[in-house]
Amino acid sequence: MSVLVYTENWDGKFKKLSYELVSYAAGVAKMAGTSVTAVSIGKVEEEELKKLGNYGAARIINITGSQLNILDNQAYTSVLADVAQKEEATVIVIANNNEGKALAPRLSVRLKAGAGSGVSKLPLSLEPFTVYKRTFSGNAFAHLVINSDIKILTLAQNSFDLVETDNNAVIENREMSVDGSLLRTTVNDVQKQTGKMLLTDADIVVSGGRGMKSPDNWGPLEELASLLGGATACSRPVSDEGWRPHDEHTGQTGKIIAPNLYIAVGISGATQHLAGISSSKYIVAINTDKDAPIFESAQYGIVGDAMKVLPKLVEAVKARK
Amino acid sequence: MKILVCISNVPDTTTKIKFAEGNASIDTAGIQWVINPWDELSLTRALELRDDASTGVKSVTVVHVGPASSEPTIRKALAIGADNAIRVNAESPDAWFVASQIAEVVKQEQFDIVMCGIESSDYNGSMVGGMVAEFLGIPSVSAVSGINFENGQPVLTREIDGGKEIVTVPVPFTAIVQKGIAKEPRIAAMRGIMMARSKPVKLYEPVAGDPLTKVVEFEKPAPRAACRYIDAENAGELIEILQNEAKVI
Repeated sequence: MSVLVYTENWDGKFKKLSYELVSYAAGVAKMAGTSVTAVSIGKVEEEELKKLGNYGAARIINITGSQLNILDNQAYTSVLADVAQKEEATVIVIANNNEGKALAPRLSVRLKAGAGSGVSKLPLSLEPFTVYKRTFSGNAFAHLVINSDIKILTLAQNSFDLVETDNNAVIENREMSVDGSLLRTTVNDVQKQTGKMLLTDADIVVSGGRGMKSPDNWGPLEELASLLGGATACSRPVSDEGWRPHDEHTGQTGKIIAPNLYIAVGISGATQHLAGISSSKYIVAINTDKDAPIFESAQYGIVGDAMKVLPKLVEAVKARK
Repeated sequence: MKILVCISNVPDTTTKIKFAEGNASIDTAGIQWVINPWDELSLTRALELRDDASTGVKSVTVVHVGPASSEPTIRKALAIGADNAIRVNAESPDAWFVASQIAEVVKQEQFDIVMCGIESSDYNGSMVGGMVAEFLGIPSVSAVSGINFENGQPVLTREIDGGKEIVTVPVPFTAIVQKGIAKEPRIAAMRGIMMARSKPVKLYEPVAGDPLTKVVEFEKPAPRAACRYIDAENAGELIEILQNEAKVI
């Protein structure tokens, strides 16, 4: 048995998510009495690669190739399948994010490997191989048995604590190419926002709903988020109304996030909204309606008008040591 | 150009999930079944493309893997405006099995674009679309939030961290679709509902295939501690609690 983990990089850098993946893979490897091999695709400096060792990777396979500059699902699948077969990997760990969701299913078919997606705990057992995964948008969790020889697990973001070790990982550089007929994706244009904290990366999220009353009232909410080093989000009605951009919508059909702290301001807490935030470690609810369902999911609550409460919070954050 | 939209049926998103058979399955009593929200948005966009003569999209077919009891969901898709419907007559034990069935349908019927929702709201697997593409050896583009046509060719918007890419791939391909693909799901009009009753649903018997995974038990999420209230007049106290007790700021 060996554990392979695919560590995605962003312009040559790893993120906390990459270290969560390696920590998780190291946990699985420990259960199985084996070691972790991390795979990275694209140009990443040696100094950066070595960081994966700090979370338990014993070996790091650093793959570069001129055909791998853009994400082509077939090309990347082919590369990862090739590595998995050579390494005789029996467990493959991938992120449950956009890229992971693009690659895991293809890899599953290629390797005839059953997949458990959105796992948030170490496997419950190895024999039979049973994972714990989110279902019904967070309203239930399933014990899923994977019967195939190779298992693919996609890890829910921010669900597994980092575990630091002092592994001195061995780095192997490989130049790889793929069959040209697989390269069928053309990227014509890239539109990236810069300078804005990504919602899915944020440890703290301050989110507004209809209780904010008007798109003009977001000033104190943004200020609070910025003072706490967090990101801003919103409920679906707010993005549908065009008060806030769609990429801020958190909820079942929007973004699913799991920050350490989620502050819901003027959000009643419909089931569909809770589906996007229920994995947050702490939820704070601020709402004028004391019967709003959001208070049932919150650890801390303030019954009051957002426009009066937010300035008080801003003031308190500024005053703290 | 022919579009296939893959449809899963799921409990209405406001359903309180209950378990049966010693927590080994979902208690389906009283559940209202609906088209999976992402699939409904896919269908809406597919119909918009068909209704726009400049795209060259001639027909929209829906496919569902499920027993006869799931037929109302298929009728609903027809009522919304799908031209044709296919049902693969089998329970859907896991994503691998479902994807292998859909791949077979695509092989038989030759679609140009296969659209799948990025996940289903029941098993949250995010698997079927990519699996179908790999079974068929065709390209897949994931996290698609837009499909438009330029010069008769589909142009996709792909969501990436902090932005988007404009992507093209040759047909046939699978588009794995997320929010943004259509604004609001299209609603069936009375005429559509009447017409849907008489449209045929083509039946496929399943091809052999063993599921690779099985749910053996469900459990409820751990209950959260009761909410602790802070007086609105002293709202600043919250910050002190978050800093010194919860230690999250």
